[in-house]
Amino acid sequence: MSATEHKDAENGTIRFLLDDKVHEVTNVAPTTTVLNYLREELQLTGTKEGCAEGDCGACTVVVAEPGEQRVRFRAINSCIQFLPALNGKALYTVESLKKISNNGLHPVQQAMVDCHGSQCGFCTPGFIMTLFALYKNSAGPARAQIDDALSGNLCRCTGYRPIIRAAGRMYDYGQDLLDEHELIQRLEEIRPTVSLELSAQDGDRSGVRDMYFAPAGLSELADLLIRYPDATILAGGTDVGLWVTKEYRELPVIIYIGRVSELDYIEDTGERLEIGAAVSLTDAFTALEAHYPELYEIMRRFASPPIRNAATLCGNIANSSPIGDTMPALISLGAVLVLRRGARTRVVPLDEFYLDYRINALQPSEFVQAVQVPLRHDSGDYVRSYKIAKRYDQDISAVCGAYFVRLEADTVVDARICYGGMAAVPQRARHCETALRGRAWNEATVEAAIKALDEDYQPLNDLRATAGYRQRVAGNLLKRFYLDIKGSGCVSIWDQNRTND
Amino acid sequence: MTDKKNIFSVGKALPHESAHLHVTGEAEYVDDQPEPRGLLYAAIGYSVKAHARIKQIDYSEVRSSPGVVDIITAEDIPGANNHGPILADDPVFADGIVEYVGQSVFAVLADTVINARKAARRARVEYDELPAILDIDSAMEQESFVLPPQTIVRGSPEQAIAGAAHQLRGRLRVGGQDHFYLEGQVAVAYPREDGAILVHASTQHPTEVQHLVAGALGRSSKDVVVECRRMGGGFGGKETTPALFAVIAAVAAHKTGRPVKLRVDRDDDMTITGKRHGFRIDYEVGFDERGRIEGVDLELASDCGRSADLSGPINVRAMFHSDNCYFLEHVRIASHRCKTHKASNVAFRGFGGPQGMMGIEYVIDEIARYLEKDPLDVRKTNFYGKNDRNVTPYGMTVEDNIIHDLVDKLEKSSDYRERCQQVNVFNHSSDILKRGIALTPVKFGISFTATFYNQAGALLHVYRDGSIMLNHGGTEMGQGLYTKVLQVIAEEFQVDQDRIKCTAANTGKVPNTSATAASSGSDLNGMAARKAAVAIKLRLTEFAAQHYGVPSNQVRFTRAGVHVGRELIDFAELTNQAYLARISLSATGYYRTPKIKYDPNTLSGRPFFYFAYGAAVSEVLLDTLTGEHKILRVDILHDAGESLNPAIDMGQVEGGFLQGAGWLTSEELWWDSAGRLMTHSPSTYKIPTGSDWPHEYNVELIEWGRNREETIYRSKAVGEPPLMLAISVFHALKDAIAGLRGGEARPVLHAPATPEQVLNSIEDLLQQKSRPANRRRRAAA
Repeated sequence: MSATEHKDAENGTIRFLLDDKVHEVTNVAPTTTVLNYLREELQLTGTKEGCAEGDCGACTVVVAEPGEQRVRFRAINSCIQFLPALNGKALYTVESLKKISNNGLHPVQQAMVDCHGSQCGFCTPGFIMTLFALYKNSAGPARAQIDDALSGNLCRCTGYRPIIRAAGRMYDYGQDLLDEHELIQRLEEIRPTVSLELSAQDGDRSGVRDMYFAPAGLSELADLLIRYPDATILAGGTDVGLWVTKEYRELPVIIYIGRVSELDYIEDTGERLEIGAAVSLTDAFTALEAHYPELYEIMRRFASPPIRNAATLCGNIANSSPIGDTMPALISLGAVLVLRRGARTRVVPLDEFYLDYRINALQPSEFVQAVQVPLRHDSGDYVRSYKIAKRYDQDISAVCGAYFVRLEADTVVDARICYGGMAAVPQRARHCETALRGRAWNEATVEAAIKALDEDYQPLNDLRATAGYRQRVAGNLLKRFYLDIKGSGCVSIWDQNRTND
Repeated sequence: MTDKKNIFSVGKALPHESAHLHVTGEAEYVDDQPEPRGLLYAAIGYSVKAHARIKQIDYSEVRSSPGVVDIITAEDIPGANNHGPILADDPVFADGIVEYVGQSVFAVLADTVINARKAARRARVEYDELPAILDIDSAMEQESFVLPPQTIVRGSPEQAIAGAAHQLRGRLRVGGQDHFYLEGQVAVAYPREDGAILVHASTQHPTEVQHLVAGALGRSSKDVVVECRRMGGGFGGKETTPALFAVIAAVAAHKTGRPVKLRVDRDDDMTITGKRHGFRIDYEVGFDERGRIEGVDLELASDCGRSADLSGPINVRAMFHSDNCYFLEHVRIASHRCKTHKASNVAFRGFGGPQGMMGIEYVIDEIARYLEKDPLDVRKTNFYGKNDRNVTPYGMTVEDNIIHDLVDKLEKSSDYRERCQQVNVFNHSSDILKRGIALTPVKFGISFTATFYNQAGALLHVYRDGSIMLNHGGTEMGQGLYTKVLQVIAEEFQVDQDRIKCTAANTGKVPNTSATAASSGSDLNGMAARKAAVAIKLRLTEFAAQHYGVPSNQVRFTRAGVHVGRELIDFAELTNQAYLARISLSATGYYRTPKIKYDPNTLSGRPFFYFAYGAAVSEVLLDTLTGEHKILRVDILHDAGESLNPAIDMGQVEGGFLQGAGWLTSEELWWDSAGRLMTHSPSTYKIPTGSDWPHEYNVELIEWGRNREETIYRSKAVGEPPLMLAISVFHALKDAIAGLRGGEARPVLHAPATPEQVLNSIEDLLQQKSRPANRRRRAAA
């Protein structure tokens, strides 16, 4: 059965709201990015391309969806987001804001003008949209919250001071005209009720039709993956997007899981937190942080809000990068994965999931359905995760260390230590753990455990750090962990950056 | 010039003239312009080898790639295969030999940008690899240079060093920096009738693009028009670099007869284009008990990449800023311009000045740590005198020295001394985290060292309806030049800004322009535009006087309108009357900087019209386990003269400071052993973000600023100098590292001070058993 010969009339059409108008798109290559569609098809050139990899924020747009109580406005990077992912959502671009403003400029725009927040102006539309999302989601944010919100937008001119000031002042300009009740109704009108299937001619391989499926149900998803074992599974697209924009890879079959409601859940059983594959990092982190506030730094420093809004926790896991920042923490917590193939599921501990560089335990047609994170059940459980990078915000770790120890009467009864950036996969430090287990929790034990790290890892030299630095800092982070939970005055230089104080 | 109380436009903190367009996305950049019929998209196929002979290229897969229309190679260039600005040593397309990874070999034209980019990767190039020189050390060893070395010597440095009470020597490495303008390189070329060509490019130097396009097409300047309304950032990266992209687009347009757009993506941009020069600085210094320098020898070696580009003047400026604010009586400054097999390095905000300044600031800091003195005291001991000890190594007298007053004020306003104590107290009680603080000054010479560049033209039209079209040779890259010049014109005619339209820099309107560079934009173009306005004003005054029968001294332009005798006439009414009376309402203005005179052969004279000053105190918090740091607080006092627009100047100061901080800390360029730049996108190359702007900051322009030279409204250039305020961040980090030993140590630290670099410095320091061994007290003779 070809993808187009499907039963439903709705099929083959992407519907989204743009400036309150329903926008219908047919016959578009599924990997068309939102940015290119805006600039090239709609001639909406206000949104800029700065990097085409979700790292500079010049392309930031805001997507609105019905949330639990009200509309959820989220900034995303349009440069790596495929157009079909907008199906059923409302899109706001920098051009939208004047249309929802009382007198000329939107409060966010007026604040930026009055605070001298633009110089060359090229990054400005992205900042405006990031600030628009912040404007919609909070009132009077503190500096640390502003920093977090802005962490995915680069400006090379201003030094950020005037933009930070605008973020504080934009609330002084009153409300805009966006009517959320009406928006919810409009979103309801275009709410997708069936699975979306698209196919389009790819200019590069005549005769081949690229296919895109956005199934609405879990069993449908599982069936599609049986039918197309080589399909690319698309969730947030924050890595897959780059395969297209950077590597110009062909993706003949894409299966998007973001519409599968059975994967969009967070369940707290009291014993563990189960997070479905369609849950964004933003939502997953909120749930995780409630149980493990110690992991704040690693979550705050993970990419940027636009990336965390789009990307999923399970996507980060399944991606199997040796430098993904969630895996060391999840492994140290003893997380397990629920994998599914067809109707069958199996459970695999996360620390057994990674087999080699970018190779994981997934069988053909199998996918990550959820991750289960055990909750703290002992007051003697200590958890931390630290990352080392050249920059606080949105940088990929040279080394990411995650630590779990269970102490009973100052003796280590259990330890799980895991590092990213030290091996071809996120890998537990077994020798180090052995050096800790059963020993008194003191400096000598930790020193011995640090030495044992030499047997655990042979890191590489690359652009982020030399092998020598990685090895040294891996040990130093373990030392930090010791000092940190001992509470011996070793505080973080990043304390100012905490938003939850 | 004008009494401040009568000023209504100049000196005001007006928003950027395009701010309302920036925030709505309506500001048009080159890639935003409506695309013309028949447009082709170009992509560059480039070398993947650092140094090789091309044996053969098989284009068959490029040709058969979907959407491909044509391939452009060196053979398609009717004129000169060159985009080098000074020497003709930069081929547009490699001819036989490639000398860096990223060097353009050919271009492909296709129906879409993606098809062009895909096709560009499909050429099969066979290389014969040749030995590649990839760093300064190898280049120095092999004496691989793009230009011959130059040296400045004054007095007897060797004897002065040897005869001083103390000597130190050492080596500092300072990394390069990518510009990371948010808008990448882009050009569109439109073939016009009779062999002419129109180019829209994102360029700081339309005239140079015009010359190089004309040269490549074998045409003359009259056949080429280059236009640029605004850039999405430049920072020097759009001074010479855009010519490559414009020439390729022009050659392709010329060959196909169709408009061609060349927009490179971020990775290709960073791979193909040159950056700030990395430097190696060897120093030897002799000084007395107070820390006063008696003799100093500075050996600068810079990584110029594969060709000369602007490396000559960049290195000269590095030499000319190796004194910073300090009188160096006996001095030798040598400069080596190393040729490496990397992208040819180019202008970048400061133009070599920052690297030169880093050298002497490092030396001063070393002297202070050696003598166990506060570095600020050693700095002050060495400051240029106001009346004596005031001649630079290149023979220019520092006539406008305000650094003493400026630093004194900052020292007080920032509580520098007390905070030094607090840093010590903190460091005594904190094992893992350490603080550091540093105050560093800036003195930056204003004018192009190439004297002939110090000229500018403007074109001003006043229309019958009293609206004004303003054009000048300067380009807008976000620095606010257009806003400032607009303010000057509004001031002259006493009309509201919205009567005036700034129009795109265009080689057909103002010819023979200089690059908008060297911080000189408003000094030059503001003056030129003012002269045009004065000329039209004079004609209007004479006309009004005659028409209304009053003496011309009774014609006054005011905010309310034009007073002619007792009558008040609307500006638009007067301009219409003048038109009807056949008075020309269009004028050009021309300005050249006075007083400067400089001999590039002897490297002496007065290269600079004046100096701009500033100083900063930075305090950092360092994690000695990881080498990571955070800037806790910055205090800046900067000299913008009588600021034309304090808001815009503050923007330059703050933005320059953080850009400089990025250069010296997080922005690391990393090449692999094959000469491939691996930090070619924002995921790997880390410029500062919002969190890096310190939570505590006190940034001010000096209120008493006034240029002693007759610049436009006595303002001072402000584009580049603030970048060097960030040298305080580097030295605060060094201070924090020294804090591991109670401040009594001389850590070795190189830039950029990444966490790894800092941890290396820390470990190196901890391995030193006691005080550094090279302290050699010399018995008094």
